[in-house]
Amino acid sequence: MHFERAHNHTWRKIKSTLASTVAFVSAILVIAPLALVFLHLLVNGAGSVNWDFFTKLPAPVGATGGGMVNAIVGSLELLALAGAIGIPVGVLGGVYLAEYGSTRVNLILRFLADVLNGVPSITWGVVVYGLVVLRFKGFSAYAGGLALSLIMIPLILRTTEEVVLLVPNGYREAALALGVSRWKTIVHIVMKTASKGIITGILLALARVGGETAPLLFTAFGNRFWNHSLSQPIAALPLQIFTYAISPYDDWHRQAWAGALVLVTGVFCVNVIVRLLTQGRSASVV
Amino acid sequence: MDNLVMTTPERSVMDRVDRPAEPIPADEAVPACTLRIKDLSIWYGDKRAIDNVTLDIASNAVTAIIGPSGCGKSTFIRSLNRMHELVPKTRVEGTVLLQGEDLYSSNVDPAIVRRRVGMVFQKSNPFPTMSIGENVIIGLRLNGVRNQKFLNERLERSLRMAALWDEVKDDLHKPGTSLSGGQQQRLCIARALAVEPEVLLMDEPCSALDPIATAKIEELIYELKTTYTIVTVTHNMQQAGRISDYTAFFYLGRLIEFGPTTKIFTNPSERQTEDYITGRFG
Repeated sequence: MHFERAHNHTWRKIKSTLASTVAFVSAILVIAPLALVFLHLLVNGAGSVNWDFFTKLPAPVGATGGGMVNAIVGSLELLALAGAIGIPVGVLGGVYLAEYGSTRVNLILRFLADVLNGVPSITWGVVVYGLVVLRFKGFSAYAGGLALSLIMIPLILRTTEEVVLLVPNGYREAALALGVSRWKTIVHIVMKTASKGIITGILLALARVGGETAPLLFTAFGNRFWNHSLSQPIAALPLQIFTYAISPYDDWHRQAWAGALVLVTGVFCVNVIVRLLTQGRSASVV
Repeated sequence: MDNLVMTTPERSVMDRVDRPAEPIPADEAVPACTLRIKDLSIWYGDKRAIDNVTLDIASNAVTAIIGPSGCGKSTFIRSLNRMHELVPKTRVEGTVLLQGEDLYSSNVDPAIVRRRVGMVFQKSNPFPTMSIGENVIIGLRLNGVRNQKFLNERLERSLRMAALWDEVKDDLHKPGTSLSGGQQQRLCIARALAVEPEVLLMDEPCSALDPIATAKIEELIYELKTTYTIVTVTHNMQQAGRISDYTAFFYLGRLIEFGPTTKIFTNPSERQTEDYITGRFG
C-alpha cells in the first residue's frame, strides 16, 4: 500500500512538472512573436519616426523625407465615423440582448453576432463596395467608416451584453423598487455600473478596426493628399503602409516600417488604457 | 384623486411632501388598514406560489410574515408592490387595495405602485457607482426632482429617519459601498424612505447582519412604524415576536393564521402554527 502510494506520488510529480513545462513553453511561444515583431519594427522603423513623419504629407517618388500626417488624421477620421455608427448600435444591441428580448430571439441574435465576428474583414469591404461605393459612384471616407463599423458592431454587442449581464440583479430591483422606470434603471443604474466594461469593449473594438486594411481597400481607397470631404477617398495608416510596403522604393519601405511602428504603438497604448481601466475591478463587479 | 395613475412624477413626489396624511374614512374597520389583500393567488408558470390569500394590513403597524422556506413569503411581500412581476410568466388573481385603489387594475403603472410601496431587500444593495448622498436621493432624481435645496433637505431627513445621519454626515461623498454591512442596510432604508412611500416592505432585512446591527435595524423599524406601514418577512421567530404587532403564518402558499402577534405566539388557534413557532418543523 505504502509503496504504491509513494510510486504514484513520484509519477504524479513528474506529470505535474511535465505539464507546467509544456504550459510555460507554450506561453513563451505566444509572447515571442509579439516581442519579435515589436523589436523588428523598432529596428527598421524607429529611424524614420520623426517630427516630419507626424507633420508632413507623403513626399513624391524620388524625393526624400515626407510623412504620413494625412494617413494618421485619416485613420482617426475613419475611426470616428466607424465609432459614430458602431458604438451606439453595438452598445444598444448588447443592452437589448442582456435586458430585453425573449430567450429564443436572443439565442438567434447571439449566434448571428458570433457568425458576424468570424466573417473575414475583406468581406465587409466587398459588401460596402457593392452597397455604397457602386451606388454613389466613388470611394469615400463614409464607405470606409461604414465598413469598419460593421466589424465593430458584433464585437461591441457581445462585450456589452456580457458586462451588462454581470451587473447583479439586486441593483435593478433596488432601482425599480424606488419607482424608477425600466428604461431609466437600465441607463442610470445598470449601464452606469457596467460602464467600465462597456468602454473597454469599445476601446478594444476601435483598436481592432484601427489596424484593418482589407475592408478599406475598396471603400476608403487611400489618398496621397489631404482629404477635404468625407465623400472623397481618404488615407488611412494601414492602407498607406500597405501601399508603401509593396512599392519598389527603399524610401517608401522605411516609411512603411515607421507607419507600422506607430500603428502597433497606438494599439498597444489602447490596450494599456484598457488594462488601467479594468484594474479597479474589486469595488464593483465589472 | 387617483394617485396610482398620476402622470408627472415630480409633482406627485413634491405634492406628497406637504400634504397631510389622508384622513381615514370613518366607515372603515378599526384598526385602519393601508393594504387590503383579497383572494390573492399568484402563479409562476403553472406553479401556484400563493393560494387564495385574504389579509388586511394595519396602518402604522408592523406586520411580520413568517413561515418555512418556500412557503411563498417572499412572493407575497413582493406582490404588494408588483416586484414579483420581474420574474417572467407570472399571473395574478384577486385584488390588492392600497388606500382603496387596486394595484393590479389595468391602468396602473407598476412604477407608481413602487413609489408608494417601497422595499428593502435581504442583501443590502447600495449602488456601487454612487456616493452615500447620491444613493439616498437617486430615487427622487430619477423620478425627475431637480430642486437641489429640496434634495438636500430630503437627504438629511431620510438619513436621520434611518438613524444613519450622525454616522455619515461628514462622509456623504464617500462611496455607499464603503460602509459596514449594517450601515449599508440602513442606507438602503434611507434610500427607500427618500421617495416617501406609504408602505415599507422589508424582505428579511436583517438576515445578513450581526446581532448588534440587527438590534439597530429592529429599533429603527419600531420608530418607523409611527410614520409608515411596515410589512416584513423574517425567518427569526424571536425577531417577529419583538418587532411586530401582527403576524401572518404562511405554509405552502396558504395563509394558515393571521392575528395580533401576542396571540399568534402565545395562543395560536392552528396546530400548524404552533408546531412551526415551537420549532417542531420548518
